Amino acid sequence: MSDMILKGKVHKYGSNVNTDEIIPARYLNSSDPAVLAKYCMEDIDKDFVKRVEKDDIIVAENNFGCGSSREHAPIAIKAAGISAVIANSFARIFFRNAINIGLPILECPEAVKAINSGDDLEINLNQGIIKNLTKKEEYKAQPFPEFMQKIIKAGGLLGYIKK
Amino acid sequence: MGSTITEKILAAHCGKKGVEPGEFIEPKVDIVLANDVTAPLAVKEFRKSGVKKVFDKNKIALVMDHFTPNKDILSAEHVKFVREFAKEQKIKHYYEGGNVGVEHALLPEKGIVVPGDVIIGADSHTCTYGAIGAFSTGGGSTDVAAAMATGKVWFKVPQSIKFVLKGKLNKWVSGKDIILYIIGLIGVDGALYQAMEFTGEVCKKLTMADRFTIANMAIEAGGKSGIFTPDEITEKYVAKRAERKYKFYASDKDAKYVQTYEIDCSKIQPQVSLPFLPSNAKAAKDIKRTYIDQVVIGSCTNGRIEDLRIAAGIIKKGKKVNPNVRTLIIPATPEVWMQAEKEGLFKIFMNAGCVVSAPTCGPCLGGHMGILAAGEKCVATTNRNFVGRMGHVKSEVILSNPAVAAASAIKGYIATPDEI
Repeated sequence: MSDMILKGKVHKYGSNVNTDEIIPARYLNSSDPAVLAKYCMEDIDKDFVKRVEKDDIIVAENNFGCGSSREHAPIAIKAAGISAVIANSFARIFFRNAINIGLPILECPEAVKAINSGDDLEINLNQGIIKNLTKKEEYKAQPFPEFMQKIIKAGGLLGYIKK
Repeated sequence: MGSTITEKILAAHCGKKGVEPGEFIEPKVDIVLANDVTAPLAVKEFRKSGVKKVFDKNKIALVMDHFTPNKDILSAEHVKFVREFAKEQKIKHYYEGGNVGVEHALLPEKGIVVPGDVIIGADSHTCTYGAIGAFSTGGGSTDVAAAMATGKVWFKVPQSIKFVLKGKLNKWVSGKDIILYIIGLIGVDGALYQAMEFTGEVCKKLTMADRFTIANMAIEAGGKSGIFTPDEITEKYVAKRAERKYKFYASDKDAKYVQTYEIDCSKIQPQVSLPFLPSNAKAAKDIKRTYIDQVVIGSCTNGRIEDLRIAAGIIKKGKKVNPNVRTLIIPATPEVWMQAEKEGLFKIFMNAGCVVSAPTCGPCLGGHMGILAAGEKCVATTNRNFVGRMGHVKSEVILSNPAVAAASAIKGYIATPDEI
């Protein structure tokens, strides 16, 4: 199977970005990805939705996505145009939700340390290689376990189960 | 080598002799849970799978507790969508209207979840049921959709961390203070991906309400689950409630833990977690004068009858809540509500100037029934104090036990029960 390559500009955040910040509960009376995308990151970065462009990448420090189990969080991020999230670590429910809906996520402290907001990245998901096109550097993340790669390739868990 | 209680429960649900931390498994689940926020997405995903019928109509619980009684048209549409699904699939455990309670208080109370179970819920506080000796964890709506279709869920077997609770509990110190203290100690990702196992002599003194509160907040330390070894206190609680057969598991003496913390509970004073992380825990008595606008006593963390009794005792002593503090009392379930009414607690609350609400998650997640304006501060017995959690992005939530919350309602600032 061909390698999955993602390319985009970085939006960088700190530690413990929680799901209430990613998509506040006041918007959870909708489950429409397009509606959720409009309010993505509202309580931590009000201008995020104005700045974000298709295929951009979120980079964050520790425990990204902590808090509520709302799948609306990775859905909002994906629907806002983000192609991948790189962090030192992810909260575990966010991690499974992202995999289950087919949003690529990578754990790579080396990359998080080196990358700045606005850098252009190119990610090879299968190999776990993150290229920083702005800084001309390369970082190695853990490639996904095969089981999770299959889920991502099937477009999420339900697609995988159907197969 | 021995196994932990968590490993034993998971192995039993995979038909294996044993499982190892890090291993990917697909155990059978005993109960699959979703609420009015997460079920609509789960139902949509379930439809996509092409599966026509849920794996077992008796093993799914749909609890409409978050934005109910429906706060607006969109929420009402969500609930209607789930209600129709529940009817179509003949789901046994569908709760709405006068039957609904806050899910994690409701399910153990009704005996729907029992010791030895594996439970997945599309709600992060699903870890609550570890209090009765079940493996129970939060997932997302897609996890729930897959589990509704197949009766199974994928997991990585977690490593276990042991917390040995020692010493004597100080006055007014409850399960809430123990867990806030622990989260303060290890941080909001201190138990990331791990099972938090609570043991030690103090556990024998903890009521089921205290154990539920502690297991409930395992997620606030990043934990996959929190678990207690079931004992005679558990037996007394579940024997009259369980709707299925249950099994008590216990860790082997030579089970392997990634880390062991010895917690001297004698050192714990009533805690408050200041904004904006649950790990920002401090002794309530050390907090400088902080005026507040609202108190919320309720939620899956502290909305049980024991919690209301403690709050009522302090409020009765203080007679009136401070006129500057809106004090909301939210019994977590209809059973708690009726018991509180029977014991005369509502009279105490109403005479003191509190609001008594129907069971709902409501304000805990900033849904409805007690939203904060910019600059307002609330002492709450809930579980999260993130930015904007209960309303405006510039509002603040301070977490505490019911005694500190009640004392603060009377004083009008963060106070300890000893001040009343």
